[in-house]
Amino acid sequence: MALQSVAPKLLPPRHPLRTASACVVLALLAALVASLASNPNMQWSVVADYLFGSQILYGLVNTIVLTVLCMAIAIVIGIVLAIMGMSRNPVLYFVAQGYIWFFRGVPLLVQLVFWFNLALLWPRIGLTVPPLGIDLSVSTNDLITSFVASVLGLALHEAAYMAEIVRAGLLGVDSGQTEAGRSLGMSDNQLMRRIVLPQAMRIIVPPTGNQFISLLKATSLVAFIAGGELMTAVQNVYSHNFRVIPLLIVASIWYLVVTTLATGLQTYLERRVGKGFSTAASPSAQRG
Amino acid sequence: MQTMVRLSGLCKSFGPHRVLRDITLDVAAGEVVCVIGPSGSGKSTMLRCINHLEKPDSGTITVDGELIGYEREGDNLRELSSKRIAAQRAKMGMVFQRFNLFPHLTVLQNIVEAPVAVRKMPKQVAEAEAMRLLKLVDLTEKASAYPSALSGGQMQRVAIARALAMQPRLVLFDEPTSALDPELVGEVLEVMRELATTGITMIVVTHEISFARDIGDKLVFMAEGQIVETGEPKAVIEDPKHARTREFLSRFR
Repeated sequence: MALQSVAPKLLPPRHPLRTASACVVLALLAALVASLASNPNMQWSVVADYLFGSQILYGLVNTIVLTVLCMAIAIVIGIVLAIMGMSRNPVLYFVAQGYIWFFRGVPLLVQLVFWFNLALLWPRIGLTVPPLGIDLSVSTNDLITSFVASVLGLALHEAAYMAEIVRAGLLGVDSGQTEAGRSLGMSDNQLMRRIVLPQAMRIIVPPTGNQFISLLKATSLVAFIAGGELMTAVQNVYSHNFRVIPLLIVASIWYLVVTTLATGLQTYLERRVGKGFSTAASPSAQRG
Repeated sequence: MQTMVRLSGLCKSFGPHRVLRDITLDVAAGEVVCVIGPSGSGKSTMLRCINHLEKPDSGTITVDGELIGYEREGDNLRELSSKRIAAQRAKMGMVFQRFNLFPHLTVLQNIVEAPVAVRKMPKQVAEAEAMRLLKLVDLTEKASAYPSALSGGQMQRVAIARALAMQPRLVLFDEPTSALDPELVGEVLEVMRELATTGITMIVVTHEISFARDIGDKLVFMAEGQIVETGEPKAVIEDPKHARTREFLSRFR
């Protein structure tokens, strides 16, 4: 019989409900896009006018500089804090714990405003030895500009989070790795730099990418102390022309662009630090 | 004969559990000593004390005449700085049960790592030496592979090459075949067999009784943190003096 000679095709099950709900979601999405695109209050022409405006681009560059600089500082302090936090010395341990407790516990905005107003606490900062007539102090307001206050606030806050991420990464490296390195005569420093940290990176990079994006957006809080980044630039413009919505769209577009680039960078880094680990690059796939 | 390793009065506890109770043992230079005994008898801990991965509670260890981990300070012993302990460890190799290869480095990089970082050997010299060692363990074609692409037996052979790259006079083997699939044990034992003929001193904690009998110069049987019986391997295996040894060995017949 013909039916027996032909092997039946194996078909996936039908999902009528799933298909129907996908259609509803699609319809809602289309309606939203149509409404936004046609809404005259969105003032798309204003968006186009300002998207590449020099003031906006200047703010954008500041946002990127601030994010990268603060992240770099936070990673360095984070590594130091993580190593201190794993120390057997109780002083180092408690200082690291105390730092994380404080800088993670106080809201970022409060910290930023605090640094900006540091002069109210110490009008002058530096070394003075009155009997010798030595006065190497400077006015706090000259030293802590809004940019410096922004860097301090963002970096020190971020460092507390990075410390925990780095610590998790270090703990994630098998203790056998440390023992193997030790048995070969490596010093603690070599062990950390050449064996443990490179492996911890695999665990550290994904959440760090997350923190980077979160920090990028958190820089907008700096507008509170006129930090000069993208959000400050946008505020400056709309406080003059009152085109609040289109300018917020300009800012949103740029934040999304940079976030997208950062996500790409994260994917690249994850591949790099995942070398040799089967989860990132399957050895069976390489064998061929 | 010159003594390579001397353990005297070694004691070690983990909490209330006494893992090593007054261990005294001499290992001559060039000797292959196999240590057998039930799990939890302190074999591995004893081995790990020799390169100071574990700190003994009391007793002393000397390797090649050098006191390990401590220096004399009047009547007491003061623990050395981690830098000086590292220098002592650089002179002996260790092979682990679970290989502990560095997964982020290729096979060649694994072997070259310590000679370059610790010995400050020029990279080309270290690599040439590493290739020679890879030939010894029959893995030249895997030089640029990452450990995750190797079988357990291959990983352990790389680990042996890595330990040998530091040109140690003493190599400690901590159950080198216990984590391997049965069909992969042979290739690792074969490498160790060859190594034993080179005159290097080996202390091997193992469950491979036939390896201990055929290759070992001395057999040490441990139970409950003590050395129960020591002697010429064939004699101990075929005619154990102690009931405890007899009972343990009967399980391998």
